[in-house]
Amino acid sequence: MTLTHYLVLAAILFTIGAVGVLVRRNAIVVFMCVELMLNSVNLTLVTFARSTGTIDGQIMAFFVMVVAAAEVVIGLAIIMSIYRTRRSASVDDANLLKY
Amino acid sequence: MSLLAAAADTQVVIGGAEEVVFWILGPVALAGALGMVFSKNAVHSALWLVLTMLSLGVFYVVQEAPFLGAVQIIVYTGAIMILFLFVLMMVGRDSSDSVVETLRGQRVAATVLGVGFAGLVGAGIARATEDLPVVGLAEAQADAAGGEGGNIPAIAELLFTRYLLAFEVTSALLITAAVGAMVLAHIEREPGTRRTQKELSKARFLDNPRPQTLPGPGVYARGNSVAAPALLPDGTVTEESFATGVEPQEIEQMPRPTGRGQLGSPDGALGTLDPAPLDGGRQS
Repeated sequence: MTLTHYLVLAAILFTIGAVGVLVRRNAIVVFMCVELMLNSVNLTLVTFARSTGTIDGQIMAFFVMVVAAAEVVIGLAIIMSIYRTRRSASVDDANLLKY
Repeated sequence: MSLLAAAADTQVVIGGAEEVVFWILGPVALAGALGMVFSKNAVHSALWLVLTMLSLGVFYVVQEAPFLGAVQIIVYTGAIMILFLFVLMMVGRDSSDSVVETLRGQRVAATVLGVGFAGLVGAGIARATEDLPVVGLAEAQADAAGGEGGNIPAIAELLFTRYLLAFEVTSALLITAAVGAMVLAHIEREPGTRRTQKELSKARFLDNPRPQTLPGPGVYARGNSVAAPALLPDGTVTEESFATGVEPQEIEQMPRPTGRGQLGSPDGALGTLDPAPLDGGRQS
């Protein structure tokens, strides 16, 4: 077993997340798929950090996590406010930025 | 220093225990991801994603990043997924995904695209990183004296020297996110638009033909469930006591004396299942 296994696993997880973003209609599930893509990239970063023998990759993964946390907070608040006005959490129904 | 330089040249051998962990948790992570995409219920999706994130956290620990593993489990599976579940319970739990395709053939196209992308990227990565060196983090994590420094001191050293500016900008990002979430989730109400209790009470009596509560279910010797309908004084079932969403239950009752002669007595109405005569049962 080599580090390639981790990288291929991360690529497959990323793809599953991307397909989920394209296929699913519920905005919250779409958001979860985006989180899965971020996580798989984190796995790649950690793997390459180990491969090159530097900590920088881990720092990058740490920053990705922080940005993801902020992004989740804002995204879920947007979904909440869309749900309040349209009574729906489906991405098909939100076709206008206002109202 | 020569010892460390020598260590950097030699590759770290990936142990058998790590292999076992990978081949157990790799399929688990994949199953979690697939379950998230394919489960109809959004809450099930969230729980599948928790499974994937937990296995990724273990991968981080195995790959010499124990700090990130802990952060992954605390922040992702602990905080972020709970936030997702909160919003799901408030918003999207009952709004199950529609199976109607708004764009024709989108699902098939997305799946084909996904399989193709996974094949290309996976094969590309596999070919490109075939003989990827595994230097390991032993040297990067060593402290100044050359001893075993550990992961967290090494991360802290980098974070507060080379990446200090990014770290400080992160704090601005987080405070912006918090304020933004508050602004987005806040409902502005004009002062005075909220109706008082008195107004609500008046409105209830004005528009409602039935201001009092509906009759409760009946209580019988052989059954007191909410499905048991209540009886009116004349023995008929009152339809207003039917519980919503439950089939009204037939209650077996003791046979009662139904003699017309008893109807004149004070408890005559209790003794019959027939509707009471209009004159109250009095016989001339």
